[in-house]
Amino acid sequence: MATDIATPPRDGKILADGHNYSTLTEKIGDVVQVEPPKMWYVSFAIGFLLLMGMMHSIAVLLFYGVGIWGINIPVGWGFAIVNFVWWIGIGHAGTLISAILLLMRQRWRMSINRFAEAMTLFAVACAGLFPLLHTGRPWFAYWMLPHPNTMELWPQFRSPLIWDVFAVTTYATVSLLFWFVGLVPDLATLRDRAKNPIARTIYGMLAMGWRGSAVHWQRYETAYVLLAGLATPLVVSVHTVVSFDFAVSLVPGWHTTIFPPYFVAGAIYSGFAMVLSLAIPLRAWYKMQDFITDTHLDYMAKVMLATGLVVAYGYGMEIFIAYYSGNPYERALALNRIEGPYAYMYWMLILCNVIAPQFLWIKSVRYSPVLLFILSIVVNIGMWLERYVIVVISLHRDFLPSSWGMYSGTQWDYMLYAGTIGLFLTLMFLFVRFLPMISIFEMRTLLPEAHAHLHNGHAGNGNAGEQKHSVTATPVKEGS
Amino acid sequence: MFTETPPSTPWGLMAEFPTAEALVRAAEKTRDAGYRRIDGYSPFPIEELTDALGHPPSRLPWLVFLGGLAGGLGGYFLQWYTSGTSYPMNAGGRPLHSWVSFIPVTFECTVLGAALTAVFAMLGMNGLPQPYHPVFNVDRFDKASQDGFFLCIRAVDPKFELEGTRSFLNSLGATAVMEVPH
Repeated sequence: MATDIATPPRDGKILADGHNYSTLTEKIGDVVQVEPPKMWYVSFAIGFLLLMGMMHSIAVLLFYGVGIWGINIPVGWGFAIVNFVWWIGIGHAGTLISAILLLMRQRWRMSINRFAEAMTLFAVACAGLFPLLHTGRPWFAYWMLPHPNTMELWPQFRSPLIWDVFAVTTYATVSLLFWFVGLVPDLATLRDRAKNPIARTIYGMLAMGWRGSAVHWQRYETAYVLLAGLATPLVVSVHTVVSFDFAVSLVPGWHTTIFPPYFVAGAIYSGFAMVLSLAIPLRAWYKMQDFITDTHLDYMAKVMLATGLVVAYGYGMEIFIAYYSGNPYERALALNRIEGPYAYMYWMLILCNVIAPQFLWIKSVRYSPVLLFILSIVVNIGMWLERYVIVVISLHRDFLPSSWGMYSGTQWDYMLYAGTIGLFLTLMFLFVRFLPMISIFEMRTLLPEAHAHLHNGHAGNGNAGEQKHSVTATPVKEGS
Repeated sequence: MFTETPPSTPWGLMAEFPTAEALVRAAEKTRDAGYRRIDGYSPFPIEELTDALGHPPSRLPWLVFLGGLAGGLGGYFLQWYTSGTSYPMNAGGRPLHSWVSFIPVTFECTVLGAALTAVFAMLGMNGLPQPYHPVFNVDRFDKASQDGFFLCIRAVDPKFELEGTRSFLNSLGATAVMEVPH
């Protein structure tokens, strides 16, 4: 087996040479069985520390109420909505990679889909916290779900905010199902490899008795493709509905038809940035360059560049329509963004989201993990600024100058935001520690011996490893 | 299982093959030889294996369609009933049955119904979760989730005959033939 870390595969290769079924299974499956690398402890500790900050800020919030946040009238939607949209957007890349790229038969997705899906789940969990806490009394949050009650009230289904409840809960449920279904065969692998009896029992229960039967695989594949087909329109609908929260209102800067496509593109843009921010350190710490190759990074960078250009077009259109519509409020809003009190935010946003990604046109940048990592962080910051600009600048000066105001986050806003990053990191690193971060069974299908013979009938290379056990096999096991 | 066969015979015979290709060829020949109660086991999905074993296409897509339909109709009915009948409220002068506003939630409910059906019907039809299955009694079977390819002929197959089936499996190029205890 050639696990030459110094020269990871380049130029079109999505799997290093020299792997066979055993080496793949060993290398990915054993991550959960051996001592994690030092950086795992460091990252987990940072995440856990921030998570404790989140718990503290939530406790204080529940005690005093949302008054500890910076929100006011006119800016009733502050950090909570900014962070909600930011996190939901990040989740989108996971579904895009796992569902849309599956339907398009993009085989390079196989080594990144598992942790991208996990990222989706954890990002949606972080996102869900904000609207819940923003209600002020999260223990009444179930009022948003339709259920018979003594007040004889029902949710208002003509409101985009209720659409959002349905979109986000459906998205979280379907993402969880998709992720878990994908995990089942790999959990069976972990069950069969586990040496520790407790681990064996837990993985065994989660694998539900999966035995790799051909009949089961057939239904499994059918269900998986159907889920992908269902998740594809779903992922597009989720950020569309999120954008309706804004676009259906009459507030200048929000009431635009470009919001749905521009939000979806922005979501994929930030999501791929987050996948890169996670994949680059993880593949270095776990020496996974065989599976997450430079080609993968190159492809992800290209998706980021393409969606970044769509987002840039969206920014351009907003300004153009403000001028072309002749609407004085839209025009004032556009000018307020460019030269108002928050202009520094707007120009930082342009720098991060429009100018910075242009470096991705250069091939050597796309093949440099360090530069890509820095760019992905810059884009993540830029996308947060975008939501800040949309939420705060539109609200702080609307139609009546007498009701204008200013907004800034308080320490509790920042603490909660940093805290959800901690929640995300904690969940992510627990996932990497206990579950296979790369889909093992899908990676097996990338091997030449999984396909070549069946179609061409010739003997391929590199199956020495799988032959090894078969020559030593004992012929008959006596049964009862 | 013991109601179908006397307890003295094994549950079936399990043959191991070195490659996916060998397993598919062996499955074809086993089926050609007239065996019907057969199943293959592999660490990843092999489309050709399902064909070779003669399994008909799954009915799962129809169930998923029905699940989606139920979700969509249920979602629309929920909104029609709550907004129009149970708690009629004039919101911005829109009609009570403002169907355009009901589309997003109807869509989400359709996807939810279909996705839940896809997963739970798949698990149900596969008989999962299943805490015990005889194939796990074969020592080498833990390879089936890693790098092993297995073919099993059940003892309940009308053509099954312990020694004859054993030599048949050996003639297919199996690297090992093992009895599966109950």
